[in-house]
Amino acid sequence: MTPPPFAAPASTALPNSAQAPDLTPQVGEYGVPQPSAAEPVFTIRDLSVYYGGNVALKEVSLDIMPREITAIIGPSGCGKSTFIRCLNRMNDLIPGATVTGDVFYHGQNIYAPEVDPVAVRRRIGMVFQRPNPFPKSVYDNVAFGPRINGFKGDLDELVENSLRAAALWDEVKDKLKKSALNLSGGQQQRLCIARAIAVEPDVILMDEPASALDPVATVRIEDLMQELKKQYSIIIVTHNMQQAARVSERTAFLYTEVDEETSSRWGILVEHGETGLIFTRPKDKRTEDYVSGRFG
Amino acid sequence: MGRSPSPGESAGAKVSDINSARPAGRRLWTNRLASAAMLGAVLLAMIPVGLILSYIFAKGMAAMSWEFLSEPTPFSFRRAEGGFLNGLIGTGIMVGLATLVSVPLGILAAIYLQEYGRGLLANLIRFFSDVMTGVPSVFVGLFVYTAFVLPFGFGAVMGAAALAIIMLPIVVRTTEEMLKLVPLELQHGSFALGASKFQTIIRVVLPSALPGITTGVLLAVARAAGETAPLILTALGSLTITTKLIGEPISALPLLIFDGARNPFAAGQERAWAGALELLALVLIFTLLARIVASRSKISS
Ligand SMILES: Nc1ncnc2c1ncn2[C@@H]1O[C@H](COP(=O)(O)OP(=O)(O)O)[C@@H](O)[C@H]1O
Ligand SMILES: [Mg+2]
Repeated sequence: MTPPPFAAPASTALPNSAQAPDLTPQVGEYGVPQPSAAEPVFTIRDLSVYYGGNVALKEVSLDIMPREITAIIGPSGCGKSTFIRCLNRMNDLIPGATVTGDVFYHGQNIYAPEVDPVAVRRRIGMVFQRPNPFPKSVYDNVAFGPRINGFKGDLDELVENSLRAAALWDEVKDKLKKSALNLSGGQQQRLCIARAIAVEPDVILMDEPASALDPVATVRIEDLMQELKKQYSIIIVTHNMQQAARVSERTAFLYTEVDEETSSRWGILVEHGETGLIFTRPKDKRTEDYVSGRFG
Repeated sequence: MGRSPSPGESAGAKVSDINSARPAGRRLWTNRLASAAMLGAVLLAMIPVGLILSYIFAKGMAAMSWEFLSEPTPFSFRRAEGGFLNGLIGTGIMVGLATLVSVPLGILAAIYLQEYGRGLLANLIRFFSDVMTGVPSVFVGLFVYTAFVLPFGFGAVMGAAALAIIMLPIVVRTTEEMLKLVPLELQHGSFALGASKFQTIIRVVLPSALPGITTGVLLAVARAAGETAPLILTALGSLTITTKLIGEPISALPLLIFDGARNPFAAGQERAWAGALELLALVLIFTLLARIVASRSKISS
């Protein structure tokens, strides 16, 4: 699947990967496919985010590989949501937020001036922490994206396929015309996933998708993610380390750095790599302390 | 964080809390007393409304007939025949026109205020809507009179213009309040699916706010349907049925009620009572219809 370019920039070409060899993820030991076989979906370089002039996330550089689940972990307030919102330009919607640095999506800088953020979000879907179905019918929720994007094919079929892909079809097939607000929390969240899938994105971003759900619903979402990663690249934010260890191939650990003098705080990327390595043999002391539950 | 009490200490505090609590009986009675006081206040506030409604209903029904609904007003207050059909048609035309203009305009203005309005222009619009809601309607009538009636003469369009000016700020402010209540998360959900700002407003924000917007529109329509003073200065009133929009005076139910009520003859006064009932029923029916439509357009739950 080659995503259509948002624009045709010559000026925003991906920097030669040889310039940043140290950022290539650690691989091989746990049977994870060699990443060199695939081009990264996202190549993030020196990404910083400011809210009203205060830095919230500082100089994050990271590669995200396709058809895998990448987990972003870290203590509360370290900038996980801020980071993931950069990947589909949702931060544009927050008044006072500014983003510096580069996010290359299949080689194209999504922060280049000629890129339309609306086009970016059509390729890169998002599922939020709290389920946020529209106050419409189940069917209209799933059909929303295709409709606004001018979908011309068989909408009924697309809705059914999306609901099946989100493992929700059997539960809602008799109440497609009923309000989505009548579904349970877990069903609503799977509906939001179906809604995101219906626009046929390339990447799905999930910001703590299970944190508002009960354990049973959480397991269902995690199982669903395993199915979805065959087709989509998934990036999931979670403060739940067991969840990250269970579902993800790769993990990035963000942590809050504090300036002792001004007591201002910001998030940094401490380390990232294969999930098994991050949890068993982290290179950084802070990662080790965090994953072993010593703080956070 | 702070001093942590020993287990014995905290248990002791809890026990003494329970002991020092007021007797349950007293709390119960305070609660009952407060409830009774609130119920009393509600009943007290309902008395005038109930009296007005029942009085209009009793007096109006006595004078109500098919003839009243289907015939125009006779040329003499003394004559006991005829009805207010001329006023019904005039009210329909003028309130309809005013709604057609003020509702789309008001909703658009509210969207602008809520979604785009940050600067001086937005604050000006807000300020003038607030001022306009407080302006006595006779001033609006005077304005339309000097600006449009003097050059073009009395007519339905002039009356509708005055009513639209009265309705507009009500629609703007209630719609803006309702748009504010739509959760930001819904909008973000829409943006995340690749919707533009315009698509998000049309397909997510407005439908979510629809029941509230309907209430605002109803308030404005009910207000316009009952306005008298501005119509005296713009529509003038007429005893014959007309559907001309311009160049000819036109009647309205409040105008006929006003005329009938202040004349000394029993027949004219009775028609005024029937007219009051007709206007009340009209507003009521319209309110019910709009509510049904609004709840239909939401999805079944
Ligand atoms: N909309 C915002 N405006 C201002 N500051 C924000 C906003 N969102 C997040 N922040 C700040 O950025 C930091 C990181 O927040 P966030 O990305 O939500 O962390 P996490 O998701 O890891 O809990 C926090 O200090 C938070 O206060
Ligand atoms: Mg968060």
